[in-house]
Amino acid sequence: MPRLNSRLQTEPSLDQKHPLQLKALPEGGRGRSRRKQIMRHWQLYLVLLLPVLYLIIFKYVPMAGIVIAFKNYNVIKGIWGSDWVGLKYFHQFFDSPNFWLYIKNTLGISFYGLIVGFPAPILLALALNEIRNGLFKKTVQMVSYAPYFISTVIMVSIIVVNLTPNVGMISKFFEMLGMSNTNFMGIPGLFKSIYVWSDVWQFTGYGAIIYIAALSGVNPELYESAKVDGASRIQKILNIDIPSLIPVSVILLILNLGNIMKLGFEKIYLMQNPLNLSTSEVISTYVYKVGLLGSSFSFSTAIGLFNSVINLILLVSVNYIARKLSNSSLW
Amino acid sequence: MFNKTAIRESKGDRLFMFLIYLFLSLVLIAVAVPLIYIVSSSFSSPQAVVTGKVWLFPVDFTLDGYKAVFNNPQIGVGYLNSLFYTVVGTTINVILTIMLAYPLAKKTLYGRNFFMVLLVITMMFEGGLIPYYLVVKNLHLLDTRWAMILPGALGVFQVIVARTFFQTTIPDELAEAAELDGCSDIRFIFSIVLPLSKPIIAVMTLMYAVGHWNAYFDALIFLRKPDLFPLQIILRNILILNTVDASMMADVSQMQAQQGLKDLLKYSLIVVASVPVLIIYPFVQKHFVKGVMIGSLKG
Repeated sequence: MPRLNSRLQTEPSLDQKHPLQLKALPEGGRGRSRRKQIMRHWQLYLVLLLPVLYLIIFKYVPMAGIVIAFKNYNVIKGIWGSDWVGLKYFHQFFDSPNFWLYIKNTLGISFYGLIVGFPAPILLALALNEIRNGLFKKTVQMVSYAPYFISTVIMVSIIVVNLTPNVGMISKFFEMLGMSNTNFMGIPGLFKSIYVWSDVWQFTGYGAIIYIAALSGVNPELYESAKVDGASRIQKILNIDIPSLIPVSVILLILNLGNIMKLGFEKIYLMQNPLNLSTSEVISTYVYKVGLLGSSFSFSTAIGLFNSVINLILLVSVNYIARKLSNSSLW
Repeated sequence: MFNKTAIRESKGDRLFMFLIYLFLSLVLIAVAVPLIYIVSSSFSSPQAVVTGKVWLFPVDFTLDGYKAVFNNPQIGVGYLNSLFYTVVGTTINVILTIMLAYPLAKKTLYGRNFFMVLLVITMMFEGGLIPYYLVVKNLHLLDTRWAMILPGALGVFQVIVARTFFQTTIPDELAEAAELDGCSDIRFIFSIVLPLSKPIIAVMTLMYAVGHWNAYFDALIFLRKPDLFPLQIILRNILILNTVDASMMADVSQMQAQQGLKDLLKYSLIVVASVPVLIIYPFVQKHFVKGVMIGSLKG
């Protein structure tokens, strides 16, 4: 995660201390020493060539391709030959009748997911940390990580199969409670909950790994002295465990908040059906439908760019706030 | 973990521990039961599944669902395609990741920060779907196997993890000593770095392989020819695109027998498609936890 990079970037470079460097410096000027530095690792630059080429072609060229959001993209004229239209497509998106609906759906699912999905792994890690290392603990860990490996397609199938009226396990459960023959996937009001809670089911165990590791790094003397002072288990959790999780949690919260508009396409797209579209259409699925299925390349790119910019602003500002409030931040 | 060795526990603590065990048991049940239900259903007769008799154990044991899966030629093609994309794609992923991560871990590399910034920017900002699609299109990769391999040839997050690993496990002194003895950088990578990096290579291989096996988005946007489809696209066509029809037909009694077999096929298919990942999982679980920790705590 980026926190480390930035820290390492600012760390004093060892170059100056290096014996070979010290020999080189007094002889030539700065320019010569730079050439020497480069020549010293010429093989590494060769090694870097291929991956850097990849970054340029598949990451940076698409970034340049964003210009089509400001152009009327025409396949024959190409990206650079197409005519400029300025902010036309942005206005078209802002003025479209469903603009606020898509924003509302995107933010609604994201925040719901964050409120439920963020504390869940912390709770699991705190509970696991309380019990002895043994078969039960290992079983809970092993089983709770397993759903992480299930593919999105299979995950959505499992959801659908379990919610099929009369047949699925969860729908049978609700039928026992007196709700008969409900097609859960077709009810717009339930879409968010189904999406968020199935995510909790799939990712809580995996998410807990980080927190479990952080808890295992707590100084045992703290627990010892708490015991001497007669602290109960709950007091130990509140005063030792939770404070020790704060740095990790803040970092993960920043990352999550920074991705709030970047709501995953795959799962939502697969869960959509004509009946639940009013709550399930989000920006990323709309970009796909308008752009690739509807071939409005420029319009779709404009929406995508709007989304990326909002995300970047969110990430930078949340990080800024976190840095002001606590010592933990990404950079 | 010292708090677990306490000999005398107060009443409150014992109640608390009871609640913890209760909570964890509920978690265990909530995660395991849907999985068991799917596996059991896949071995049960269609009638038992449709009428809702199956809970935890198979009812009227049968292999009809699996026979239907293996008789479907599409599924076989998808399986082989996925295997190809996973093996070739993962190999390229791991090689490229090391090629980028090792130089970035080298403190004496001139311009290291520049390359690092180049990498980090791609994590914060992206071109978006259409420009990405156009690049692949202009390279004439649409509807080729390369479309499933080249656009995702490198995972930025994996590079960061590997770089952290190299920085913490390969001492600078070692590289300097080798350099003084006249060992070139490339030779150093092959004879020192790679043998020392087996754990991180194992983790990377796992993460990339699972990613390839489970991926469907790139295939959705880049592939049109059915004989190139990976398993996940075929699964989507069978498992999800049929669903809306299935629920509409639910109350037509004549359709029920056929409907039942269709449902059964779904359960069996879910099991068959998850098998490769579930087979690797226990072997790599230890490495996997370690890998997540390298990536998160130190990163």
